[in-house]
Order: sequence, then C-alpha cells, then structure tokens
Amino acid sequence: MKQYDLVIVGAGPAGMAAATAAAEQGLTVAVLDEQAAPGGQIYRAISAPAPQDEHILGQDYYHGRQLLAPFTQAEVDYIPAATVWEITREREVRLSAQGQARTLRAGRILLATGAQERPVPFPGWQLPGVMSCGAAQIMLKTSGLTPPAPLILAGSGPLLLLIALQLHRAGVEIAAVLDTTPRENYLKAGRHLGGALRGWKVLVKGLGYMTRLKGSSVRCLSRVSGLRAEADDHGKLSRIRFTHKGKEQTLNATSLLVHQGVIPNVQLSRAIGIDHQWDEQQLCWHPRTDFWGETNIPGIFIAGDGAGIGGAVAAEQAGRLSAWQIAHQLGKQSPVDRDRLAEPVRRDLASILAIRPFLDVLYQPAKEFLTPSDDTLVCRCEEITAGDIRRFVQSGCIGPNQTKAFSRVGMGPCQGRMCGLTVTQIIADTRQTTPAEVGYYNIRSPIKPLTLQELASLADNDSSQSATENN
Amino acid sequence: MQTDSPFNRLATTPAEAVTLEIDGQPFIAREGDSVAAALLAAGAVPSRTTPVSASPRAPYCMMGVCFECLVEVDGLANVQGCMVQVIEGMKVRCQSGARELTEGDFHEAV
Repeated sequence: MKQYDLVIVGAGPAGMAAATAAAEQGLTVAVLDEQAAPGGQIYRAISAPAPQDEHILGQDYYHGRQLLAPFTQAEVDYIPAATVWEITREREVRLSAQGQARTLRAGRILLATGAQERPVPFPGWQLPGVMSCGAAQIMLKTSGLTPPAPLILAGSGPLLLLIALQLHRAGVEIAAVLDTTPRENYLKAGRHLGGALRGWKVLVKGLGYMTRLKGSSVRCLSRVSGLRAEADDHGKLSRIRFTHKGKEQTLNATSLLVHQGVIPNVQLSRAIGIDHQWDEQQLCWHPRTDFWGETNIPGIFIAGDGAGIGGAVAAEQAGRLSAWQIAHQLGKQSPVDRDRLAEPVRRDLASILAIRPFLDVLYQPAKEFLTPSDDTLVCRCEEITAGDIRRFVQSGCIGPNQTKAFSRVGMGPCQGRMCGLTVTQIIADTRQTTPAEVGYYNIRSPIKPLTLQELASLADNDSSQSATENN
Repeated sequence: MQTDSPFNRLATTPAEAVTLEIDGQPFIAREGDSVAAALLAAGAVPSRTTPVSASPRAPYCMMGVCFECLVEVDGLANVQGCMVQVIEGMKVRCQSGARELTEGDFHEAV
C-alpha cells in the first residue's frame, strides 16, 4: 500500500487549491478524482472546454484556469477516472481505476467531493427529456451540446438563471423560464439583506443575470407553481403544466431543465460515519467541521461545498485553509506561519460568505418540491412515490432506514443520492417533527458499485505494491 | 436508433472524432464526450428501461449521482454512461429492464 501525507478526494476548486498548497509545504499528495480531467463540476473540462466562443460560459468559468495551471505544475500524484468507494477511520482509501482496485494509506485525508443538485421531485420528473440544469451545463462545458427545443427551464436559484443566460448566449431558443421561488421567500430573505449588502459583489452579479435575462427575448414567468411534466405515447416528455397567476397553463416541451439549488454531497462523509447536522437555512445536511475543515474523526477533513454550500470561490479558499492546517499537524509548518497565511483568507471568506444567509433563504424550494404530492415518484431507482412514504409513516415507520426496509426506497443503484433528502422531509412533515429528529439513511461502503473482479483485484494489488515498497 | 430531436452541437474547439456503435449503428462522437453525452447527441432516448416497471429513462444528472444513464458498454452492463468517455470502436447498448446473467457470468461465478 502506498503511503501519502495527504490524500485528497476530488479535483474541483477545493481539491485543486488544497493539493497545490499542500505540495508547496512539502507534503506528499495524491489527488483522486472521478472525472477524466480536473475541474470538478463548476470548472468541468477546464483543461479543454468544448465551446469555441468563450463568451457563452463567461469569465467566472474560465477563472478555473488560474487554479488549473499551478495544480498541473505542482508535485502531486493526480489519479483521474478513479472511484473512491471506501474510506476507513484508520485513513485507508480504497479506489478503483481502470478496472483495478487498490488501497492508499494517508496521514491525512481531505474530502473535496463538492455538491450535487438538490432532488427536484414533481410529477413526471423521471421522464426522458427532463434533466437537471447542472446536467445541461456539463453538456455545454464538456461537449458543446445543447438540449433540443422546445426548451423550458423551471426552478429557483442563481444556477437556473445562469444556465438560462448561457444557453441564450449560445443561441438556443428558450420557450420559457419558470421561476418557482415562493413569494414569501422575498420577505423572509429581506431580514438578511444587511449581510447580503456586505457581499455586494455577488449580489450585483446575481442581479446582472436577472436583468440580462429579463432584458432578452426570453419569456420569464415568476411565482410559478404546480409544475407537472407529461409524456407522449412513447413515454417521453411532450408538455408541461403549471399554474401562473392563478391560471393553469400548458406548454409543449421536448426538453425541461430543472433546478432547486445545490446540497453537499454527503455520501462518502456519511459512509465514514462523520457527524452531520441539519442546516435550517440551506435545508440540507452538512458534516460538522471546525474552522480548518477537520471533522469529528481526527485526520479527516472536508473542504468546499461538501462541508456546506458556499460556492466555488469559497471552496478554493477553504481548500487552502485545510492544507495549511494539515501541513501544521504533520510538522511542516509552524502555527505562526499557518496563521499568517490564513489571516487574509479568513477575511476573504467572511466577505464571500456574507451573502449566503440571504441567498439560502431567498431560494429555499417551494413546499411542493420539499414534500411532493402523493403521485410523485420520490425514489427513481425503486419507483417509490411520496404517497408510499406517507403510508409507511402511518404504519409506524419513524425514519428513512425503516421506510427502506419496508420498500427498498433508497436501496437502488443511486443509494439514496436522489431521494434521501426528500424521504427525510416527507417523514418529518408527516410526523410533524424536524428532519434533524428524523435522521438520514445509513450509508455503507462501497459507496459506488464495483464489480467482483475489481474487488478481487484488491488483495493482489495491495500486496504487490507492499512488496515493491519493501524491496 | 436515431430518433427525433437529438441534442445540438455548437461550434467547438478542435478535438478528435471518435466512432462508436450505439445499438449496432455507427455514430461519430467528439473526443471528451461521455457515453451519456454521445447517446443524447445520437438521439438515443430513452437509453434504458427500468427493472421495476419497464418505464423509459434517459440521462438526468450527467455527474454520476442519479444512475439513470446505466447502459451496456463493451459487453459490461450497468455502466454509468456519464462517467465513461467514448473511445474508438466502443460498443454501447441501451439496457432494457434488469441486467441478465449470461452463461459467461455463470461460469465466471462458479
């Protein structure tokens, strides 16, 4: 088994920045990433972006090059297309790459596994033709592909507006953008406007998206509710229904892109057994970490959106903070040097994160997406509906692990990634208690499926590596 | 396999053309495309049907979270199409229902 001072999981902004900072401090570093190239989702394909016209994706995306350049030059073992499927408390990292499994030993581990989009359950969300906004953006970045018309975007949050703007710039005809942000959110968010004004740069940017989109020819409807997608005879998306200003409307659609914000990707941190807490503003779980990103399991750190949503620029800075603390813990850096480096970052982070409470409250999803109607599929893998979950609660299930035992909800290939949050919220709502009280699925390794052949290769690969190291 | 309304390709930066087979039909993808992206560009939608109710599905998240893009790649079933990049000569098949155990699997298992 190869030993590193630091093993980082994820090559997004937090992972790239942390790897570069740690290598600068003289640590031996490995970066494992599921994708074929560095960038994470936000800077996906930054080493070879597909669209010729850089105006389409915009400057914020190409900022990723400033992280990529030092990362590619740093002395780091970068292992792309690697699936990490188990991490132990003893800091052994098990991964599969190119059909072979092996273990790395780590002095410290940094999870930089980022975010995923919040599940957007509504009737018909499983139909071919419905995708997440993030998915469309990934297609644009990696392949220069755009969804077929008629195209509709529906949901809430900055990413919805950004992807609408990017597709518009790409010359894609957008039939409508349906904003589902509930009216009362504007009042609730108003209380956090003071903080938002301290983060005025982000605010101005967000307002810019909105004005440019509204100033374009794109039809934008706000306070939309009752979203439903309907299929043609072949089971593919053909039209959507919704309510706007009290009137039901129908629009033809070949593509529907949906979005309700992003949430930390907690699959790995849950499987390790790290403590998580319910975030009342972001309406999701996040692992408990200290200022430097260290979790309750000593030696395991989390930086970036995986620790709580703060965005790409905050993730980058959080990655550096973790790297400096790890360098200090491993005796490579004095606390004085660590604090000297950290001080400007601390100030920068405070200013970047000042807008979060405002954004988090403003873009809280409408109730229809948090606790969807009975006929809505909640678990796309096992095809369990919201109504099923409510019936299980009425039969006495008090938590997600019981509904799982009753129905296999969360037990399909995605292992709860697409339904976990919704199941917790439906149970909490039905029991009239809080998600914190209801809890979450027990996630077990392997967190991604691997073939028996891969699993069997583990013993050979780990012992042959040890043999080489002993020679 | 080619159905109506595939995804459209914008003007892109230079990359190699990659020829693969989707359900036995040749398709030219772009180097850097994932298998799931190639399926959408080829209009191969739905790309699978579910084991539970045989309902049609297509790629949804494109980042390895949703597992809706499961397909058969070079004979290996249940591969996340969005996590694998296309390579020359690759053979992709849409999946119907649950993965079946073939005789080969059986002998291997024994």
